[in-house]
Amino acid sequence: MNPFTYARPDSVDKALGELRTNPTAKFIGGGTNLIDLMKENIEHPTRLVDVNRLPLGGISELPDGRLRLGATVTNAETAYNELVKTRYPLLSQTILAGASPQLRNMATNGGNLFQRTRCYYFYDTSMPCNKRQPGSGCAAIGGYNRIHAILGTTSGNADATSPTACIATYPSDMAVALAALEAVVQVTGPNGERSINFADFHRLPGNEPQRDNTLEANEIVKSIDLPAKGFTENHTYLKLRDRSSYAFALVSVAVGLEMAGNTITDARIALGGVAHKPWRKPEAEQLLVGKAATPENFQLAADNLLAGAIGYGHNTFKIDLAKRAIVRALGEATN
Amino acid sequence: MSVKTLTPPAVQLAAKADTRGPARPMPKPGMVTFRINGESKTLSIAPWTTLLDALREYANLTGTKKGCDHGQCGACTVLVNGTRINSCLTLAVMHDDHEITTIEGLANEGGLHPLQTAFINHDAFQCGYCTPGQICSAVGLMNEGQAKTEADVRELMSGNICRCGAYPHIVDAVMEAIKK
Ligand SMILES: Cc1cc2nc3c(=O)[nH]c(=O)nc-3n(C[C@H](O)[C@H](O)[C@H](O)COP(=O)(O)OP(=O)(O)OC[C@H]3O[C@@H](n4cnc5c(N)ncnc54)[C@H](O)[C@@H]3O)c2cc1C
Ligand code: SF4
Ligand code: FES
Ligand code: FES
Repeated sequence: MNPFTYARPDSVDKALGELRTNPTAKFIGGGTNLIDLMKENIEHPTRLVDVNRLPLGGISELPDGRLRLGATVTNAETAYNELVKTRYPLLSQTILAGASPQLRNMATNGGNLFQRTRCYYFYDTSMPCNKRQPGSGCAAIGGYNRIHAILGTTSGNADATSPTACIATYPSDMAVALAALEAVVQVTGPNGERSINFADFHRLPGNEPQRDNTLEANEIVKSIDLPAKGFTENHTYLKLRDRSSYAFALVSVAVGLEMAGNTITDARIALGGVAHKPWRKPEAEQLLVGKAATPENFQLAADNLLAGAIGYGHNTFKIDLAKRAIVRALGEATN
Repeated sequence: MSVKTLTPPAVQLAAKADTRGPARPMPKPGMVTFRINGESKTLSIAPWTTLLDALREYANLTGTKKGCDHGQCGACTVLVNGTRINSCLTLAVMHDDHEITTIEGLANEGGLHPLQTAFINHDAFQCGYCTPGQICSAVGLMNEGQAKTEADVRELMSGNICRCGAYPHIVDAVMEAIKK
């Protein structure tokens, strides 16, 4: 780790001031991603601003029925919170499918949103990587890319020497459920408060693979707000990985459905492990609305969701795996 | 089984850029006070010292082990205010005023902690390197109160890797302590 100084402000204004006066300062939540990346010589902040004693804690119900998850609440506290368990069991299940109990006890809801890709070449400072060192190329294209993306990587991205190519996936489990639940991220910064719909929070690599999300410089996440609709009856999180616990997803599926008898009246399907952001496709979800919950209908939705997927060699198996995972997850959620 | 050869990346190695920026003056160490195993300790340490290194190198408590140093093995598990965490991925300065419990702090005059006794009774280790982390993790698991069945214990102890593969006996030991 490089030397740095440490600050523990007690107000959001002071925390924002720290970043404003020092462009190489960074927030630290649980530290479980940032400290790891600092040890790996990927991140080198000169000052760490601890967010844990800011008044951004707590889980509270808002008057209009939404549930507000504080940015500094840990992943474990969130997953085991009674309101979350009863109103958003999908979120609880999804958080508990990620990392380990010790890590979930440290990781914060804010920090989880910003965890960086697990691409091996991103971690290897001797390799080209447009995300780590913009313009250097992408070692994963033509390299070992078993964990990489199959969706949202434009065809121009197929060239390993392209200065903007990136086929990384975003590794969070929690974010997959937040995408399905259509959470809203509340942030504040130099230009005041704003709300970011979850679908717009993370981004595709486009021409700036170094940017994972749409938070602006010097902004801070205050809370993640969940709309009232919780899909408490028909939901599931299916996570497929190399071992049954303590491993990142190869492919994961969060499903939330509303049903009238055997007919689906509302459907949300979000995929993890397949793209640079949690992946949703409203058109595929619409295919299920008004339809009976049958394996044939599930298959139609799965095929539609994966249409246009591109394999890069070692990860091509993910296309079929994702389709089967969707069919199975929909089956589990409707049972 | 045929072995598949991996294609090497089609691009050339990037010149290793030094992304750390210009050299900067070294920040000074600061004072951190926390309670370790019931005793108040003030240490003069630099901000980049992890809690794990603070315990091992500054507080001379080497019971807590360093396995991976990256949150992947659980050997460094300690309890902070009763909650289990990986001490390798947190900074000591972040724990000012916190109550830290390590493996050295579990036994008292009354004898070993019930989980220590259970680990001995069930021979729940071989080399013993993962054991302090396993036991602290199991204490945290009991404080959390979520594990009821053997399957729960396996899942909720999955943050602790045992290279010797003592898992079945570890599960037995933890189950015994939970049932008591
Ligand atoms: C071995 C291992 C296995 C893991 N397995 C999984 C897994 O299976 N599934 C999974 O989903 N995750 C997994 N994780 C990742 C883990 O969930 C993340 O590291 C964690 O959620 C990050 O949260 P944090 O609070 O520790 O973030 P930190 O490391 O503290 O911060 C991460 C980033 O977020 C920024 N930040 C923090 N809070 C705020 C805020 N309020 N506003 C703006 N910026 C902020 C920081 O500046 C930093 O850049 C694993 C991690 C490890 C080490
Ligand atoms: S996939 Fe993205 S993160 Fe991985 S090497 Fe390519 S540019 Fe870097
Ligand atoms: S040493 Fe901390 S988890 Fe391995
Ligand atoms: S007893 Fe040897 S690693 Fe667990």
